[in-house]
Amino acid sequence: MALSLTYDFEQKQDVLLVRLTGELDHHEAEQLKNDWQSYLQNGMTKHVVVNLENLHFMDSSGLGVFLGRYKEVKEIGGEMVICSINYDVQRLFELSGLFKIIDAADNEAAALARLGVTL
Amino acid sequence: MSNFMKVEFAAKSENESFARTTVAAFIAQLDPTVEELTEIKTVVSEAVTNAIIHGYEENEEGTVLIECELKDQDISLTIRDFGNGIEDVDEAIQPMYTSKPELERSGMGFTIMENFMDHFEIESIPNHGTTVTLRKKFLNNQSAYN
Ligand SMILES: Nc1ncnc2c1ncn2[C@@H]1O[C@H](COP(=O)(O)OP(=O)(O)OP(=O)(O)O)[C@@H](O)[C@H]1O
Ligand SMILES: [Mg+2]
Repeated sequence: MALSLTYDFEQKQDVLLVRLTGELDHHEAEQLKNDWQSYLQNGMTKHVVVNLENLHFMDSSGLGVFLGRYKEVKEIGGEMVICSINYDVQRLFELSGLFKIIDAADNEAAALARLGVTL
Repeated sequence: MSNFMKVEFAAKSENESFARTTVAAFIAQLDPTVEELTEIKTVVSEAVTNAIIHGYEENEEGTVLIECELKDQDISLTIRDFGNGIEDVDEAIQPMYTSKPELERSGMGFTIMENFMDHFEIESIPNHGTTVTLRKKFLNNQSAYN
């Protein structure tokens, strides 16, 4: 069966950059969570940038994954910035109050700059 | 115009995307806006995920039934499972209430359904199952043809 979600991780200094493509639902959430957690434990990561530019669908399962990783990043003393959020995903973030705790940026460069990554 | 469809499938997480895509394909005949389509896909995903996670606690032997009725610009959707049911519906629909925080659920599913649809109703009997009924009137996007 075709994968409905793909993602890649890139290390930029002490920032873990996560780019999501496709659809994030309960079926995809578990694997994403596990992979993401192993990167958070790689010893190089303090902060996280999540790029949602190519995330075309998300439901409450995505909210759970982001909130879960946000708490883990906070535990290691870091910050999490989510960028390039499209209109549909933005509505869910607003409904759930996630914007009140998670920082948002317009694009990847702005998000990285906020966390001190010099390009 | 009136139309109807019914689909039943195994309570497997793989079927979450099948369910929302199927309903989206069925309602395409109403010429929904992109936003309306996203809303319908999201609420179907929420209700089906709830059936799988909470109704059946991921026991894939369960089945989920979706019925969708169209009448002019009105859509009526029911998502039904024959699983655990909900003891206290008033508590369950509170924003941020979840019985499964250990599974990284955030308790937003019902709040999303309520927000994205015009009408939202839950019928649940403990140990027998849950039926969620959702209704929405689509904006008349077909005025070009009238
Ligand atoms: N089909 C169902 N069968 C049994 N219990 C259910 C069902 N749907 C929802 N519930 C109960 O209602 C609660 C609230 O559901 P809701 O979808 O709002 O939140 P959630 O599923 O816990 O979290 P989220 O949807 O944000 O991932 C659930 O935690 C569960 O206890
Ligand atoms: Mg839910």
